[in-house]
Amino acid sequence: MGRYIFRQSLLTLAVLIAVSIVGFILLRASGDLALRIAGSEAMADDVERIRVSYGLDQPLPVQYINWAWNILHGDFGRSLFFPEQVSTLIIQRLPITLGLALLGLLLALVIGLPLGVLSALRPNGIIDRVVLAVAVLGQAMPPFWFGLLLIITFSVGLGWFPVSGADTWLHLVLPSTVLAIAVMPTIMRLTRSGMIDALRADYMRTARAKGLMPLTMLIKHALRNALVPVVAIATVQLGSIIGGSVVLETVFGIQGLGYLAWESINRADYAVVQAIVLVLGAIYCLLTFISDVLHALLDPRLRDT
Amino acid sequence: MSTESAVAKTSATQYGPDGFGRTAKRWLSNSGITVGGLLLLLILFSTLIGPMLLPHDAFDQSLVHRLKPPVWQGGSFEHLLGTDHLGRDYLARLLWGGRISLLIGFSTIVVAAVFGTTIGVLAGYFGGTIDLVARFLIMVRLALPAVLIALAVAFIAGPSLQLLIIVLGLLLWDRFAVVARATTLQLRHTEFVVAARAMGCSNLTIIRRDILPNIGSQLIVIGTVELANAVLIAAALSFLGLGVQPPLPDWGLMISEGRQYLLFSPYLITLPGVAMMLLVLAVNLLGDGIREVTDPEAKGR
Repeated sequence: MGRYIFRQSLLTLAVLIAVSIVGFILLRASGDLALRIAGSEAMADDVERIRVSYGLDQPLPVQYINWAWNILHGDFGRSLFFPEQVSTLIIQRLPITLGLALLGLLLALVIGLPLGVLSALRPNGIIDRVVLAVAVLGQAMPPFWFGLLLIITFSVGLGWFPVSGADTWLHLVLPSTVLAIAVMPTIMRLTRSGMIDALRADYMRTARAKGLMPLTMLIKHALRNALVPVVAIATVQLGSIIGGSVVLETVFGIQGLGYLAWESINRADYAVVQAIVLVLGAIYCLLTFISDVLHALLDPRLRDT
Repeated sequence: MSTESAVAKTSATQYGPDGFGRTAKRWLSNSGITVGGLLLLLILFSTLIGPMLLPHDAFDQSLVHRLKPPVWQGGSFEHLLGTDHLGRDYLARLLWGGRISLLIGFSTIVVAAVFGTTIGVLAGYFGGTIDLVARFLIMVRLALPAVLIALAVAFIAGPSLQLLIIVLGLLLWDRFAVVARATTLQLRHTEFVVAARAMGCSNLTIIRRDILPNIGSQLIVIGTVELANAVLIAAALSFLGLGVQPPLPDWGLMISEGRQYLLFSPYLITLPGVAMMLLVLAVNLLGDGIREVTDPEAKGR
């Protein structure tokens, strides 16, 4: 197990380095960054001055190495807009995004798991069909649109929740609902198929023959096995929720990492964007790593491959 | 449906006297395929032909007729779904927007499928170092925050439809690669591939004649998933102002334009969203249906 963890962490590190390189190249090579910072009406001289003073005139590999070297020393650079260091900005905004993502995932698990188990008990029964229909509809809804609908109905129409911001718990109800609806279908489907497999397995017949209580059997034997892939997916889903926070935070005006990214993109504040790409990539890598290790802990067969 | 009858049906379609007819019957008896397929055909038909039949053009502005509500909210039959803030007919714009969504969706999955399938098949077929590199590429792609990168690239390079398609295509190839790799890995040691190799067929011929036709149905299923994904992400980018640019009518852009009038004209937001939902729903149902028909083990999953 120790060797497995060691190898996975090396791999994760390699992926992270690759992510930083690809992200860096994509942001620098897709257009003239200096021109974007200066704005389209700027004089050619000003553009050149910006290019030189931000070091954008150097070859790409040199720029990357400088940037990476600074990051290894804890310096993510300076924002073009905010007086704070980029690292301070990120530390300020990250908890909001993480908290919201966790809340959304938790909500999805609390609703999705029981529904998945219920529909697995009677495949193609009434509950199963209703749950499946809800899942299919939930997957088809664009999250930002669903968020706006919730705002129109509950904030503007009924006045139950504030329209935007993230100052109180009430602010988080609508955005975490949107997240939960987006993630729930996957969790529900996976729980359902896992439970169907587990209920058909031989050890379930043995348990039944031993005369175990149906509920004990269901929870202790079947659910535990069905949960393995769900746990793995849930961690990865958390990563993609955080990665996709840009859209949702813009809709609800939540001052998290995603909103910061969107603002910074529109201001050509590339140091902030670059750092956020790296941080989001790192969070995703970390979560996949945790998911892999958890998976290997729960299923020893995976460790050797 | 029990496994035995599924197996019986499969073999009947393969060896039966009227193979094609039975296959068609099996496909058409699947509710996902019929409902999803009909819905998709309807959307295709109305977006392609619809704008030509309407009396209004999607780009004609009329300040006298701005923000007219839809017919069920006291509007006139002149503008069935009302008009937007510049007095453009909303039905015409919705149908036009459908063309753009479909264009983005289909072009994106072509780019993604070609890229992903190439990587996946090569990795699965040759294994070894190539496989290692491919798996690494997939991991890197998954760790990159796709929406953020697409937004940043669109801002720096200046947003355009072609760029949107290329960027989305290069960000959504991973599932094609994963599935193509796994399936090719299974096929590599099957008897017909070994036989083809023994006959002296080149690797390219084996991939083209024996591998690709056999992973086709799985790739189509992934294609439907990614088509839906591409439509949703493209709409989100347009909503944030860095996807499709005005005056082109895109559903995401229409929702973003309607945000200012959210209080008194909520139909500006609800209608494009419903349209998008119908399209994604149709594509998802079709994909689920194709998976159920082509992969009997997936039945009821």
